Amino acid sequence: MKLYCLSGHPTLPCNVLKFKSTTIMLDCGLDMTSTLNFLPLPLVQSPRLSNLPGWSLKDGNAFLDKELKECSGHVFVDSVPEFCLPETELIDLSTVDVILISNYHCMMALPYITEHTGFTGTVYATEPTVQIGRLLMEELVNFIERVPKAQSASLWKNKDIQRLLPSPLKDAVEVSTWRRCYTMQEVNSALSKIQLVGYSQKIELFGAVQVTPLSSGYALGSSNWIIQSHYEKVSYVSGSSLLTTHPQPMDQASLKNSDVLILTGLTQIPTANPDGMVGEFCSNLALTVRNGGNVLVPCYPSGVIYDLLECLYQYIDSAGLSNIPFYFISPVANSSLEFSQIFAEWLCHNKQTKVYLPEPPFPHAELIQTNKLKHYPSLHGDFSSDFRQPCVVFTGHPSLRFGDVVHFMELWGKSSLNTVIFTEPDFSYLEALAPYQPLAMKCIYCPIDTRLNFIQVSKLLKEVQPLHVVCPEQYTQPPPAQSHRMDLMVDCQPPAMSYRRAEVLALPFKRRYEKIEIMPELADALVPMEIKPGISLATVSAVLHTKDNKHVLQPPPRPAQPTGGKKRKRASDDIPDCKVLKPLLSGSIPVEQFVQTLEKHGFSDIKVEDTAKGHIVLLQEAETLIQIEEDSTHIICDNDEMLRVRLRDLVLKFLQKF
Amino acid sequence: MDPECSQLLPALCAVLADPRQPMADDTCLEKLLDWFKTITEAGSSLLLLQENPCLVELLCHMLKPQDLSSRVLSFSLRLTGVFAAQEDCFQYLQQGELLPRLFGEAGPLGGAAWTAPTVRSGWIQGLRSLARHPSALHFLADCGAVDTIFSLQGDSSLFVASAAGQLLVHILGLSMQGPADGPPSLQAGDWPACAKKIVGHIEESLRSTATPQITQALNVLTTTFGHCHDPWTRVLWVRLSPLVAGLLEKDPVPAAHSLVDLLLSVARPQALRAQAFAVLLQPLACVLKATAQAPGASGVLDGTVGDFATVDTLLPSKAACVGLLCRTLAHLELLLPLPQRPCPWPQAPLLGAAVTLLQLCQGSASPTSDTGHHLCALLLGCVRVQRAALDFLGTLSQGTGPPELVTEVFAVLLEYLRSPDSSPTVLKKAFQATFRWLLSSPKTPGCWDLDPQALLFLRELLPVLQKRLCSPCWEVRDSGLEFLTQMTGRWGGQAGFRHALLASEVPKLTEQLLRDPESYVRASAVAATGQLSSQGLCISPASPEHPGGQQKSPLSELLHILSTDSEGFPRRAAMHVFTQWLRDSHADVVGDTEEFVAGVLQVASQDLDWEVRAQGLELALVFLEQTLGQPGSPCPYAVTPPVVAPACPLAQALQPLCRVRLFEFAFRALFDCDRPVAQKSCDLLLFLRAKMASSSSPQEARSSPDVASVEAALQRWQAGDQAQPLGDLEPEVVLAVLKSMDLEGLRGALAESSDHVEKSPQSLLQDMLATVGILGENEADCY
Repeated sequence: MKLYCLSGHPTLPCNVLKFKSTTIMLDCGLDMTSTLNFLPLPLVQSPRLSNLPGWSLKDGNAFLDKELKECSGHVFVDSVPEFCLPETELIDLSTVDVILISNYHCMMALPYITEHTGFTGTVYATEPTVQIGRLLMEELVNFIERVPKAQSASLWKNKDIQRLLPSPLKDAVEVSTWRRCYTMQEVNSALSKIQLVGYSQKIELFGAVQVTPLSSGYALGSSNWIIQSHYEKVSYVSGSSLLTTHPQPMDQASLKNSDVLILTGLTQIPTANPDGMVGEFCSNLALTVRNGGNVLVPCYPSGVIYDLLECLYQYIDSAGLSNIPFYFISPVANSSLEFSQIFAEWLCHNKQTKVYLPEPPFPHAELIQTNKLKHYPSLHGDFSSDFRQPCVVFTGHPSLRFGDVVHFMELWGKSSLNTVIFTEPDFSYLEALAPYQPLAMKCIYCPIDTRLNFIQVSKLLKEVQPLHVVCPEQYTQPPPAQSHRMDLMVDCQPPAMSYRRAEVLALPFKRRYEKIEIMPELADALVPMEIKPGISLATVSAVLHTKDNKHVLQPPPRPAQPTGGKKRKRASDDIPDCKVLKPLLSGSIPVEQFVQTLEKHGFSDIKVEDTAKGHIVLLQEAETLIQIEEDSTHIICDNDEMLRVRLRDLVLKFLQKF
Repeated sequence: MDPECSQLLPALCAVLADPRQPMADDTCLEKLLDWFKTITEAGSSLLLLQENPCLVELLCHMLKPQDLSSRVLSFSLRLTGVFAAQEDCFQYLQQGELLPRLFGEAGPLGGAAWTAPTVRSGWIQGLRSLARHPSALHFLADCGAVDTIFSLQGDSSLFVASAAGQLLVHILGLSMQGPADGPPSLQAGDWPACAKKIVGHIEESLRSTATPQITQALNVLTTTFGHCHDPWTRVLWVRLSPLVAGLLEKDPVPAAHSLVDLLLSVARPQALRAQAFAVLLQPLACVLKATAQAPGASGVLDGTVGDFATVDTLLPSKAACVGLLCRTLAHLELLLPLPQRPCPWPQAPLLGAAVTLLQLCQGSASPTSDTGHHLCALLLGCVRVQRAALDFLGTLSQGTGPPELVTEVFAVLLEYLRSPDSSPTVLKKAFQATFRWLLSSPKTPGCWDLDPQALLFLRELLPVLQKRLCSPCWEVRDSGLEFLTQMTGRWGGQAGFRHALLASEVPKLTEQLLRDPESYVRASAVAATGQLSSQGLCISPASPEHPGGQQKSPLSELLHILSTDSEGFPRRAAMHVFTQWLRDSHADVVGDTEEFVAGVLQVASQDLDWEVRAQGLELALVFLEQTLGQPGSPCPYAVTPPVVAPACPLAQALQPLCRVRLFEFAFRALFDCDRPVAQKSCDLLLFLRAKMASSSSPQEARSSPDVASVEAALQRWQAGDQAQPLGDLEPEVVLAVLKSMDLEGLRGALAESSDHVEKSPQSLLQDMLATVGILGENEADCY
């Protein structure tokens, strides 16, 4: 059993598990932090961005000034943003049988894999994962395609040139494999390969293993996966949450008794408690708006935004913010808000019960109804006529490199009355802000990550007790910035095995058993014999039939009919010869009685010697030895077959046959 | 004893003596005994018995062989003890041979009733009460009671056994105090017979091989040495210590726990205190040691902890660690202000330990050892320890500390105030501790302003406070406002503070919080606004920043709250602020004080909350004092109110009071259905009448028709019909009405608690009789 690790990002995993005869890809995350090296794509022409000076080498050489621009001491690539794909060279991805998706954030690299590697298998995911994943991809493609960029920078990627660049460009890894965003066509094609599954549904893969998605409590439709054969069980834990937010709670019990538990997708900000952060978010929002400033919340169009809107729903009246407009701008804003309301069966219990009242499960329906929350596909069109300040704007992309957020950063960045509040933990907010410097607006970092923290992980591992834990190497040591926090790492016994990008792990367990079925008529013919109380044995002669990784014992073909016609004879030619079955022997030979029997049968001059392993009965007259040991009996006589057969028959008298 | 009770007593005694009338409720007997104790403490028992012969009859009745309830028997024994505590009464009871018959072999002691633990307990308690004088000692010796007490030490009832031990200690102490001719000699051989007997018994027990007996003896000694430090106890110890030492040599040591207790009680107090303190400091020493950068950094606490193994024993699991640390901090907090606290007090190490603990809980400490990491993991996010440590840190602000530690204190406080993970209760404690540390920060001589360090801190603090005032959690907004009120009250007049505060959004946010949906927050916002406004720190209605703003002045804002808020707390807070403003001659109030007072009183009089009405009277009193020119508390440093003592006649001085309708308010309050309001009003009017008497007012309007109509109206008010207003009152009429009113009587009536009737002994006796149906009306049912 092997694990191929294709991604180095612990929360955007992409691993391939070889288990029995199957090759299973676990998640397909896309590392988008690479886009932080690029200049933002402004939706509206930005004189500031277009007038940034080109970057030149220390010696004044300016051959890169078309590709690289400088802003407040940082250098950015002036090109269409590119993404860092999962490793494609480590394993032939066309051999992947299935891809299991655990949540919509972990499928963003799917089009790259399904459309460009010769992949012919099936992708499994829950319905909300697919639908919201589609929205995220659609938004991404839309953000990038609607700002066409004439040039595509590639000079800087040259290894010799990259070495000369300032950090972080100099240290960016595998820049040659970075790719531009996929197209909507590729998205559609990739999504068409997905087969929908429900929680606890058992899916047979070629009869070899069974895979089952379990609720993971992190997002709508998010799952952990169980991959099991009859005698082995691997659990794959991806983004999971034990907090009570909107999704169905996490199913922990089904993870018990795993041989291996692959642990990924823990919280990225283990020191920030989501509750505290939500409070912080609300306080800062109110503080800004009360001072007449605007609040910008860069976010994904689904996920935490639902919880934030719910908190604000409860908070705005009490904070006297009822007259402040909330805007949600995304090409998929409408679909996201509406989708959230129709996936009732994937929601937590409280929200499910609302559906039967019937009421919309999320209160943002009421915010929309009362005109407190308005949503727009883009800042062009209706939005510009409705726009009123001070206001709160939720919009993407959290990287601040593309999407409507770029415009608001340019618009509001100059006033210290305004605030940008970062809630998504995926990007370093300082790096995200770098191309907007100098910036007057206030920046607040309130990362809200509801995924498991290390305390919860340690409780979970105690509860489910896997034999082995496998996790990204980042989880086996404290974060570099807090090296004294020994509590911020996975602590289990035996210690977790760690992996890093482009590494192949041999998982530490051997398969020892395989299940074989016996056909009923064959089973019927068995004659068990009790060897010891409670243990019976039976010999079985059968043909082992293996198909689709299932093993079946079938009755052996009947021996050829002696009077058969030509046709039959021919048929019997095909089947292998069936030798006459020799009986199996068991039991032990009591030496004294055996000697007596020999004497009764006319042998005399018998001598018995004890050896380390048993006895030697010596027939001196016949110059013959009978060597009796625990697990064998040998008759050694000199070319006297008659004598040997006689002695053999005497030995057999003492043994059981079956 | 009042005559009513005396009348009821014979019937009650008869009931008690009647075995057919069981007392269902023995709490009555306890109350009865308490009552008798009160009576005998105040007067002569002998007189009581002579005046109420039924009592002695009751006691004599107990001696007759009969089927009495054990409760009544026990009660009688205890009652006898209460009476016999006075020596003359003891003699009186002795004459009738009552005492030996009750407490001697002839009494319950030999009878079947003795099997009831309550009787044995009553017997002991009775003796305990009567053993107060030398006669009692002779009696105890004569009737052989001491031997019985010895045997009761091993009683099956723990209460009886323990009481027997206590009684022995008491008797020993009493006999060693000696007769009137001076204390007995310190030579053990010369001790009184009773003491000799008890000590002999103890010695015998200590030599015994039976652990229970040894335990009993040790317990008696522990109690003796714990309670009494007279010189004879030292002699006793010298005499007994070889025996105790002998116990220590045995293997296994018998009654080890009791032995430890004894040794602790005889240890020298000072040495013991130091040891106890060391034990108390141990957990904190562990914390410091586990996180110390360099060995020896924990200073004075260093000696109290051995190695990391100690840490593991003391703080093994989260529950144990948290519990121990919280208790330690709470004890130290209690110890700190006491005069007998250990000296030298390790202020700096304790400060360091508190800061370290807070850092550990927050995850900002950087422990150097494995134990430190372990502690960090145990304490991370632990709200209980955070609260205890913040409280302790606040208390430590009374002392000083090395400057670098104080800097750390402020840093850790700021960290807590900033952290989004601080729970509301923790945050509240952090605010309180911050205020205390700011108070204790060094002062520039001759100046009350914050020192430059504290001002720098304040500049960092205000943005945090600003954010906290916008918290979605109301408790946080509330504690933020309370903190602001405290700070403004203390430093509102100082330039540095004013400058920093006015540069922040805090005043504006406070004004907005007056409309908070949570009533507690509104109340705190009212208090804060009051304080800010007093100091001139409120944002002005038409500041250049808010041109044409529709903001109202704080006065009209608070008046609006007083008249419209649906909850009591904000209205009460508004009244407090108004009273304070009037007292301080607030600028908005001084402009037209009468209009202000009239407006507030009018709204307050209609308030449904009695505290608001009571506070209205407080405000009225302040106005009264200012008008009549006599401040309630003549303080030489108080700001003199603008109104000086009137030279004019009293009636004229009362004119402003009449104009603001103060009297209508006060009279209405006088008949308020809530007693505190009526009491306050009564006090106010009495104060005014005293004022009246002191000034020679010639006017008399006794017979004016106005007076009659006002008196008539007031009578209707008293009867509950307050619909009719009094109309405009003339000062003369008010004075006349005040003169004629029985305010003292009213005050007396109001002073009695509403259950004063139910609590009286008479009521108790009546209740007891009623339960057995003696009081008459039920007798008809008896056929």
